[in-house]
Amino acid sequence: MGPRRYLLRRFLQNALTLVVVVTVIFVLFRTLPGDPASVLIDPLAPAEVREEMTRRLGLDRPLWLQYALYVRDLVTGDLGRSFLYQRPVTEVLGEKIVNTLALVLATFLVAYSLGAAGGVFLAWKRGQKVEIVGNALVLLFRSAPVFWSGILAIMLFSFVLDLLPLGGMRSIGEGGETGLARFLHWDFLHHLILPVMVGALHFCGLPLLLVRNTVLEILGEDFMEMARAKGMSTSALIFKHALRNALLPAVTASALFIGWAMGGMVLIEYVFSWPGLGREIVTAVTNRDYPLAQASFIFISVLVMSLNFVADVLYGYLDPRVRVR
Amino acid sequence: MVQGDPLARAGFIILACFVVVGIFAPYLAPYDPTQMINRPDGSLAFLSPPSARHWLGTTDLGRDVLSQVIMGTRVALIVGFLAALLVTVIGTLIGLVAGYYRGWMDDVLMRLVDLAYSIPFEPFAIVLVGLLEPSIWTVIVAISLLTWRAPARVIRAQVLSVAQRPFVKAARVAGASDFRILFVHIAPNILPLTFVYMTIEFGIAIVAEASVSFLGFGDPHVESWGKTLHLAFLTGAIRKAWWWAIPPGLCITLIVLSVFFLSRAYEEVINPRLRRV
Repeated sequence: MGPRRYLLRRFLQNALTLVVVVTVIFVLFRTLPGDPASVLIDPLAPAEVREEMTRRLGLDRPLWLQYALYVRDLVTGDLGRSFLYQRPVTEVLGEKIVNTLALVLATFLVAYSLGAAGGVFLAWKRGQKVEIVGNALVLLFRSAPVFWSGILAIMLFSFVLDLLPLGGMRSIGEGGETGLARFLHWDFLHHLILPVMVGALHFCGLPLLLVRNTVLEILGEDFMEMARAKGMSTSALIFKHALRNALLPAVTASALFIGWAMGGMVLIEYVFSWPGLGREIVTAVTNRDYPLAQASFIFISVLVMSLNFVADVLYGYLDPRVRVR
Repeated sequence: MVQGDPLARAGFIILACFVVVGIFAPYLAPYDPTQMINRPDGSLAFLSPPSARHWLGTTDLGRDVLSQVIMGTRVALIVGFLAALLVTVIGTLIGLVAGYYRGWMDDVLMRLVDLAYSIPFEPFAIVLVGLLEPSIWTVIVAISLLTWRAPARVIRAQVLSVAQRPFVKAARVAGASDFRILFVHIAPNILPLTFVYMTIEFGIAIVAEASVSFLGFGDPHVESWGKTLHLAFLTGAIRKAWWWAIPPGLCITLIVLSVFFLSRAYEEVINPRLRRV
């Protein structure tokens, strides 16, 4: 399969998934207990606005027409108005996407670096005491629910040691105002440390075990014997040969990782009051702000799919076998 | 299986303790978990640190944390067991059918698995539970609706290989029906793997229930560990009341760890190639 066809297939697969997600949401929100009008139209809006909305959403019409109108609105980017914010949801969620993306990418980077380094280290120290301790630590961070590790981290680093802020994205009156400057400011990074640390420690288990297992496997290969025979040092052996090969399965797993970590981000954002999509979906559901909940879920799904697609492209680039097959 | 592996033994003991506590929870809990308890002098015993009267201290409303943790054990075990059962049954059936019939059926079912994998689990569970009637049954259904994907995929792969074995062909030649081949000849061979997945899903379900309850969407009539943590976090008590915030999370971690050790030891029994030399 050529690279173009591979990517096209993955793209179509994602598009199909999106259609299904959107449909599931449609069905879910119309089977909620109560009148769909009360679910989708702000109960506090004036009567004429409610009437106008009922007509536009087709809530008095047959279900297939409602679905058609819903898809039309989605395609044109009209996801309704938030009850809570009294603003279009696209406007409310727009900036949150960037915040979530910043958190997810930072967590991804740290988790994968930690995973690669830890995996090589544990493979290197195979059979020694330090391997057992390392495995136990990885397992412990993986088993503890991520929101609870977050609470413990806040208790330790914010309350007891008073080193790091307990939540939010920036202090009041601090930080650059516009564009990229907002995310390169020291105050932002200061706020980023705790949630990223908690997330990365929780999620690094997957890449770590993959790297460790592959390194162990590769260390037994014939070409490694050859490299050793020609007098290569152990560190050159590991970094030049083993790690390069070991990163591939870890990158392959990044699609799995992204979907999984994205879900966990909801909890991390909630614990650390991070103004992202995850916290917004919790706020929306808590306040029964249905248009906002609906849109947040669609946005999160789209984000997961886009990141997966990027991972696919990257994978095709990293592994020539995918390209020539 | 448990004898040779110290970690599996530890896991077994921990899990057994939780099961005993879960079964006898109402008799073990020193107080009603929702009762607001007064000090001997008549004032409300709110946020008192661990003492002889309250081994794990009290909450901001003077409720006994130990009693909440004990009652929460029962909820966690019930949710974990039922969700794991449901998920494993669904996943196994889908895996069996897809792996045995192959062709278009396999294609459709596996695309369904891909789909289930691309829907983010926590947001889905939150929307579902939060918008429907909050109860532990909704939570169990919400967990099960997506997590069958993992066992389905693995069991299908296993069925593909089992279906190639001579005894399956022999059964077919002897005129056995598809149903008989599937459930009498193939299913017993994948049962051990099914069991491994059930233990894994047990842990996943407990964490998922705790997560949903922690966000405040749990069953309001049930004392779960997630709910205890939700209140500790929401009231800002984590600033001071470590006795309230630490025990429920520790219990979740211990259960997940013990289940992991057990499933790993069991996997090594059914697949000796995994055994460490």
